[in-house]
Amino acid sequence: MTKTEENKQGFLNLNLRTKTLLVTVIALIILVSVFLSNFLIDHQAVLTSNFYNINQAPSFEHLFGTDWMGRDMFMRTLLGLGISIGVGAFASVISTVVAILLGVFSSVNTLVDEVVTAIIDLFGSIPHILLIILVSLAFGGGYYGVIMAVGLTHWTPLARVLRAEIKKINTSEYIKLSNEFGKSKLWIAKKHIFPLIISQIIVGVILMFPHAIMHEASISFLGFGLPAHEPAIGIILAESMKYLSMGYWWLAFYPGLSLLLLVLLFDLIGENVHRLLDPQSAQE
Amino acid sequence: MDTLKAENVNFGYGSHQILKNLNFEMNNNQVIGLFGDSGSGKSTLCKVLTGFINDYEGNITVNGQKHKGGYNPIQLIYQHPEKVMNPRWKMKDVLEESWMPDDSLLDEFGIKREWFGRYPSELSGGELQRFSILRSLNPKTKFIIADEISTMLDAVTQVQIWESLLTVARKNEVGVLVVSHDKNLLNRICDDIVYLADITD
Repeated sequence: MTKTEENKQGFLNLNLRTKTLLVTVIALIILVSVFLSNFLIDHQAVLTSNFYNINQAPSFEHLFGTDWMGRDMFMRTLLGLGISIGVGAFASVISTVVAILLGVFSSVNTLVDEVVTAIIDLFGSIPHILLIILVSLAFGGGYYGVIMAVGLTHWTPLARVLRAEIKKINTSEYIKLSNEFGKSKLWIAKKHIFPLIISQIIVGVILMFPHAIMHEASISFLGFGLPAHEPAIGIILAESMKYLSMGYWWLAFYPGLSLLLLVLLFDLIGENVHRLLDPQSAQE
Repeated sequence: MDTLKAENVNFGYGSHQILKNLNFEMNNNQVIGLFGDSGSGKSTLCKVLTGFINDYEGNITVNGQKHKGGYNPIQLIYQHPEKVMNPRWKMKDVLEESWMPDDSLLDEFGIKREWFGRYPSELSGGELQRFSILRSLNPKTKFIIADEISTMLDAVTQVQIWESLLTVARKNEVGVLVVSHDKNLLNRICDDIVYLADITD
C-alpha cells in the first residue's frame, strides 16, 4: 500500500474514539441549539392566534403545519422541546443529588445501608407514572410540581449503581492499604472513591434525561403536568387528539417525532460518553 | 531495637477457626521465613499482623504498643500488586501515596522515571511488584510482611527483587517476614525459618 492510500484510508476510517467523540459533539450541538432557540423566539408573536391560516397542512411556509388557532406548529414544537430539556435538566439535577446522597450514606454502616436499600426498593416498587402524578399533585402541579415529581422519582437506578460501586471500591485492597498508610477517610473519599464514581455519575445523569423528558411529556399529556397554555409537547399531543379524526395528522405526528428524536439523541450521547469514560472500553 | 510481637492471637472465618492461639516474636534486624502448607492460614496471618483484618482476638504490638490510626509500622506486600493499586491512578501517585524515594533507591529497584506517567495496567507484574515493595519501604516502616511476593515472577526477576529488598531492609534496619511455601527460597534468604504449625496450637 502506498503512503497516500494509507492516509486516505486513515481519514475515512477515523478511529473509534474520535468517531464517538464526533457523533457526541454533533448531537450535543443539536440539543443545545434547540434549547437556546427558545430564548431567541418571540413567544408572544409565535403563540398569538392567527385565524387566517388555521389547520394548514405542512408546507415550506409552515414546516409542521398550523393548528386550529393558526399557530405555527414548528415554533410550538421547538418551544415544547425547550421546555422538555429545561424540565429534564432540573429534574436530573435533583435526582442526581438524591442519588449521590443515598449512595454515600449507604457506605456509613450496615444499618444505614439496609435503610437506604429499603428506600430504593420502596420507590422502585410503586408504579412510576402513579408516583409521579402523586408527587406532582402534592407539590401543587405546574412547573414546580412537574420538576419535583420527575426529580424525586428518577434517582433509584443511579442510587443503586452508586451504592454498589462505592461498596466495591470500599472493600478493595487498595483502600485498605491506603488506611495502613495512615490516610484519613476524607482523603480516601476525595482521592480514591470520588474520581472512580464521577464517570458513573456523569453517565447516570445523561441517561436520566430521556426518562425525565418522557415522563414530563406523559403526565402533561394526561393533564397532571404543565398548565394547558404552555406549548409543552405533552399538551400539544393531548390537544391534537381531538383533531386527529378530522385528518389533521401533522398536529400529532411532527411533535411526537421530534420528542422521540430528542430522547434518542440524549440516549446516544449517554451511551457514547459511557463508552469514552469506561476504562474497559476507553482504549478501544 | 524494635520488636514485633503477636500474643495469643485467635482468628476464624465464622465458625471455621484458622489461627489458634498464635504466638510469635521477631525484631527489626531479622529476616524470618514463615513456612506452611497451602490453606494453613499464612495469608490470614499476614492480614492479621498488618491490620487488614481487625476482628481478631489477642495482641499484636510493636515495642509493646498496638497500632491505632496513622501510618502502620507493619506493612504488607501483596502477592498481587495490581490489586493494591487504584487502576485510575498513574504510578507516580501510587508511589507518592506512601512516600517519594530518592533516585538512588529508584535505581536500586530498577524503576525508570518514565514509568511514572503510566497506569498500573500498562506495566508488567514484576514492574508493579517493584513499585509495591518500594512503596512499603517508607522510612516509618519497621516491619515488612512479604506474602508470596515473588511467586508469579520468573527466576531472574525474583533474584533481583529479593536482593534489592533485603539490601534496603538491612540498611534501614527493617525486619522482614518472608511468607512462602518455597522452602528453597526461604533457606536461601532467611536467618531463621518458622513453621506455622509450630507457633499455633
